[in-house]
This record gives sequence, structure tokens and C-alpha cells, in this order.
Amino acid sequence: MRPFTYQRAHDGAGAVKAGGQYLAGGTTLLDLMKLDVMQPVRIVDINDLSQEFGAIEYGVQGLRLGALVHMADAARHPDIVKNYPVVAQSLQLAASAQLRNMATLGGNVLQRTRCTYFRDPSWSRCNKRAPGSGCAALEGVNRKHAVLGTSPHCIATYAGDFAQALIALDAQVEIAGSDGARRIAFADLHVAPGDNPSIETSLRPGELITAFSLPAIPFARRSLYLKIRDRQSYDFALASAAVALDLDGATVREARIALGGVATKPWRAREAEDHLRGNPLNRDTAAAAARAAFAAAITHGQNDFKPELGRRTLVRALLAAKALEV
Amino acid sequence: MTRRTLLGSSVLAPLAPAAAAPHDSHDIPLNITLEVNRKSRALTLDPRTTLLDALREHLNLTGTKKGCDHGQCGACTVLINGTRMLSCLTLAASVRGPVTTIEGLAGEDGRLHPMQQAFIDQDAFQCGYCTPGQIMSAVGCVQEGHAGSDADIREYMSGNLCRCAAYPHIVAAIRQTAPMMEKA
Repeated sequence: MRPFTYQRAHDGAGAVKAGGQYLAGGTTLLDLMKLDVMQPVRIVDINDLSQEFGAIEYGVQGLRLGALVHMADAARHPDIVKNYPVVAQSLQLAASAQLRNMATLGGNVLQRTRCTYFRDPSWSRCNKRAPGSGCAALEGVNRKHAVLGTSPHCIATYAGDFAQALIALDAQVEIAGSDGARRIAFADLHVAPGDNPSIETSLRPGELITAFSLPAIPFARRSLYLKIRDRQSYDFALASAAVALDLDGATVREARIALGGVATKPWRAREAEDHLRGNPLNRDTAAAAARAAFAAAITHGQNDFKPELGRRTLVRALLAAKALEV
Repeated sequence: MTRRTLLGSSVLAPLAPAAAAPHDSHDIPLNITLEVNRKSRALTLDPRTTLLDALREHLNLTGTKKGCDHGQCGACTVLINGTRMLSCLTLAASVRGPVTTIEGLAGEDGRLHPMQQAFIDQDAFQCGYCTPGQIMSAVGCVQEGHAGSDADIREYMSGNLCRCAAYPHIVAAIRQTAPMMEKA
């Protein structure tokens, strides 16, 4: 690990004034520092800010999650389990118990890709780690790589689960910065790799995520997160689906769908939602929606299986959400 | 503004450097105090030192094991503020609150914690390398209320790998201990 200075911030204003690499749970940061993928020179520990940014608030306006809430605490919170099950499940099905006790929600959405070429600097080609160097995954080991939102420069998968719940439910992100606070749609936080895969978010230098807010969505009680992995527990998604349904009998009034494990960023499947809106939900319409969701998929050999796995995952998630007793 | 109020209102408080050195030097060791197994321990550490290395290399508490050193195997699991966490992904300087390691689990009289005794009773290990992490994680698992069924235990213990595959006996040990811990 390379040398760095370590400081503790005592409030949000002090943290953004100090700038540097923020440390909360540290579960991504320490890992990538040991691998020499991240090389911060100044670490600002923000764990003392949990009074300011560590609350879970639920009420008529919806749900507000402080960025320093730990994954485990949100996953077991009764209001979230009951009213936003897709949020609770996306957290519960991620990582291990120890990691969920450590990791915070703000850090969770900013976790880096698991692409092996990104994580191992002995590979010279990685446009995300070394802009302009190329992408070793295009012709390399790419079984777990993305099929949606890719570019000729990067096919690294966005690894997170929680983000799929946030993007499906139109969450907003509250951000603190030296120029003041701002709020953006969660859908605008992450950016697709495009020509410059090293830029992963729209955060400006020194900005700090302070909270996520979800609107009141009564039908979110009919929601779930389905995650398909190589192992039954403690693994990243090969494919996943965050689904929330507003049903009028068997007819879909509104559907919210996001896909994980298959895309370069948190992925809202609006084409699938459009297919379902106003129509009955059954195996055929779910399959048509799933085909729409993956119509633009591009595969690279070892991940040729992903569109089909993703479609089946989405169909199963939709039918399971329909069958929920709420 | 006096020097005192200036310092008092300072938004950032670097931990005390051990030696006078330029403000931004990367080489300043930090003076930190850890509470480990009910004892306060003063240490002078490179900021890069993880809690795992502080325990093993500086406090000679080698019960906590280094497996992968990347948060994937669970061998380094300890309790911080009573909650199970990975000491390999925790900077020693960032620790807030008391740390309990496998050495601190037994009573002052040396009597084994029920979870330690259950691992012996159920033969819940072979080589033993993952065992301290398994036991610390198992204590956390029961305290979090996730030891109600074998399936629950397997899910909530999935962050602790055992390459000898003693998993069925580990589950049995946790099943044995859960009612005793819940009663106590």
C-alpha cells in the first residue's frame, strides 16, 4: 500500500473543505489500495459524520437514507422491509454479514467494478485504470462482463445491487460540495463508459454523497430483488432484477424495472416497462418485456449466455412480484 | 480569535503525529490508542497499518488470522463495538470503540466462551486456521439473531470460508450455542 496522510473530519463542511479520498466502511477502498489500483495521497475519514448523515427516516414523503447508514442496518429496518422490500433485499443479498456491517450506503453505490483486468495492475490494458491503454477484457476472460451499456473501450460490469433498487424507484441523491449542496436523480449519478471509462460518475472533485431519498411509492410494497449467482450466497450477480409493480387486477398500471450484473452502470429497463404498462402480466407479456430489455445487448464470447440468463431472471422476477401477497 | 478557539473550531483533527514533521508528510507515524480485549493499548503506527496487522504484529495477538487480506475469506473477523467486522479492511487509525478478538472471548477465569466449547464439542474444525474467524463471526451471527435455522446460519456465515469444509459441524456448533447465548 502506498503512503497517505490520514485525517478525521468532524462535520460535513469540514470534510468537503479538506477534500481527498473519503473513507467510510473502507471495504472497497482498502482492498483496491492493497492491489495498488487506488493510490490516494490523502484520506479523510468521515465516520464521525454519522450524526449528520447516518439516519433512516420514513414518513409520508417517502424514505430518506443517510449515506453513512450501514448496509446491514438498512437491510433489517422494519419500515424498509415492509414498504420497500426491493431495497432491503438488494442490500441483504449483497456481500457477507461482516461486509454489510462495515460498508455504508454511500460507499456501496460507488463500489468499483470487479473486472479482473481493472483489479490487477499487472495487466497493462485497462481504459478504466489507465485511460487510453485499451481493454484486455474484450478478447479476454469476459464471462462476467456487461452486455448492456458497453462501449468499444470498456465492458466492465457495474457490480452493485442496491443501486438497481434506487434507480428503479426514481431515487434522488443528495450531495455536499465546497460550492454547496445539490440534489440529482440517482439515474444521473453513474455514467456509461463511452469514450472515457475512467469517469464513472457525475460527482465533481471533492463532492460527498450525503443521502438518498426515495419518493413515497405505495405500490413499492409489491417489489423484490432477484439475484442469480454462481454461488448461493456471498457473490456478485451474474444477472439480477429489481422489480416493482402497480397492478390493477392482472393489468399493469406501472412497472419499475432495473437490471444488475449485465450492464456497465445501474440499468433502468424502460423499454421493458413500456411493454408492460397497460397490459396484462403473464408469462408471454413478461417474456416480451424481457426481450425488449435485452434488444440492444452486445456479447463478447464468454458472456454470450448473459442475455438469455437476464431475460429469464426478469421473467421470473416479474411473475414472482405479481404473485406477492401485499 | 485565540489560539485555543482556533484549534477548538478546527474542522479537521489529524491524530497526533508522533514526531515533529512537515504537515503533509506521508511518513508521520500516528499515535493511537486501541481498546483490545478490555485493555487500553497505546501504539505508534504507520497510517497504513490495518487493524489486523496492529493486532498480530504490534500487539502479538496472533489468534486473529490473515487469510486473503482482501475481505473475502473472513479469517480476520473480530468484534468492533460488539459487531463482527473484517480487521484486514479496517485501518487501525480508524477504529472507534472496543475490539474483541478470539483471545478476549473467554472469561477472565479462563473458562471458554460457549461458542469456543461448542466448536470443540462438535469437532467443528480440521486445520483450525479459519476457526478464530469462524468463532468470532458465529458469536456475531447469534447476537444478530440469525441462528434460528441451518439455512439461516449458512446464509449469515457465508463470509467465512473453511477450505477443510467443516461447514456441517460449524453449523452444529452454532446450533448448540445459540440457545445458551440467547438465555445469557
